[in-house]
Amino acid sequence: MKALKTTGLVMLALLVFAFTAKSVNLDAGYDIGDQATDFSLKNVDDTMVSLSDYDEAKGFLVIFTCNTCPYAVAYEDRIIALDAKYKPLGVPVIAIMPNNTTAKPGDNFDAMKTRAQEKGFTFPYLLDEGQEIYPQYGATRTPHVYLLEKTDNGNMVRYIGAIDDNYQDAAQVEEKFVENAVDAMLAGEEIEVTTTKAIGCSIKA
Amino acid sequence: MTIVIFKDLKMRIMRYLYVFCLSALVGFTACTTKQKNDNAQPAAEYADAEKSEPSADVKFPVYDFDGLEPLLNKDDNKTYIINFWATWCKPCIEEMPSFEKTYAEQQANGVELVLVSLDMPTMWKSRLEPFVEKKGLKGKVVILDDPKMNDWIPKVDENWGGGIPATLIYNKDKRVFFEHGFTYDELNEELNKFL
Repeated sequence: MKALKTTGLVMLALLVFAFTAKSVNLDAGYDIGDQATDFSLKNVDDTMVSLSDYDEAKGFLVIFTCNTCPYAVAYEDRIIALDAKYKPLGVPVIAIMPNNTTAKPGDNFDAMKTRAQEKGFTFPYLLDEGQEIYPQYGATRTPHVYLLEKTDNGNMVRYIGAIDDNYQDAAQVEEKFVENAVDAMLAGEEIEVTTTKAIGCSIKA
Repeated sequence: MTIVIFKDLKMRIMRYLYVFCLSALVGFTACTTKQKNDNAQPAAEYADAEKSEPSADVKFPVYDFDGLEPLLNKDDNKTYIINFWATWCKPCIEEMPSFEKTYAEQQANGVELVLVSLDMPTMWKSRLEPFVEKKGLKGKVVILDDPKMNDWIPKVDENWGGGIPATLIYNKDKRVFFEHGFTYDELNEELNKFL
């Protein structure tokens, strides 16, 4: 009986460990292969947008970006180009503005609308109102890309990181990280580079 | 049952985190209001800056990562504080006075301060130079101009996600890397482990 109790305690301890370890991991954001959460966020056209709205999509390029970050601005045209290339192939861009708009008024909803109109965004530009979505993804900077693949088990994270390897000059890019990842995903091949790093503007909590 | 308990625990931890962030935020907004105008149109500001050519006669040394690397690996008897920053990075600007104050106090103890600017080429003349001059920065300002970030970020520290401010403190015996901002007290606490 005592042995049984001890075994039970040990198992409980292991279980506890397993769950705490797991939750620490979750708090730090997604890893490759994790299931990404859906959301319902307000778009610059005042409609609400969720991933589940996209019946036909094969995946999504969820990009955390904003108006005020020089890196995000440098990538705006390339984000538009990604949407133009991959929306018809079933992988649309969904842009989310994660910053605290009190701390960064240049990123508030009105400013987002203006920027989307000026640049002619062809994709939803959503406000992470309440800032509850970006911490779940683990986004830390703008722009920060998450490629999701729609599967029977939900939207699975396939790539996390930068758009390409040269923020300064699109013409000097040698590796198109995001395009390579989407192309491989659509071809059913293994994605070679699944995470990349870049200097970006820290998301303002 | 266990799952429920730990979900609850996780929620509680999250709540603490929110409260912590919120209080941090209150602290920040006090400083940020001053720069409100700066904030309102940085996108437009950048668009303007984009038109001007990056000037070759910028006052500070411009390195690619290979050029910068020796500064991160000196083996003399000094302690080096290497701070990665940019003029467009608000928390970087906020922590700058703590670094400058510490440098002024500890220079005699063999401490060197290197301020590695990640400002874009279009900002070197228009923003970086005026900022350094206005603040009278005493740390050694160098510019890191190397767009192959995914290659060099892990060479600074393999755990660096790419956020700034980020700071490396090292001497010939040891090194520590931090991907967060510092207060004066926090910086000195870490620095004192080297002195």
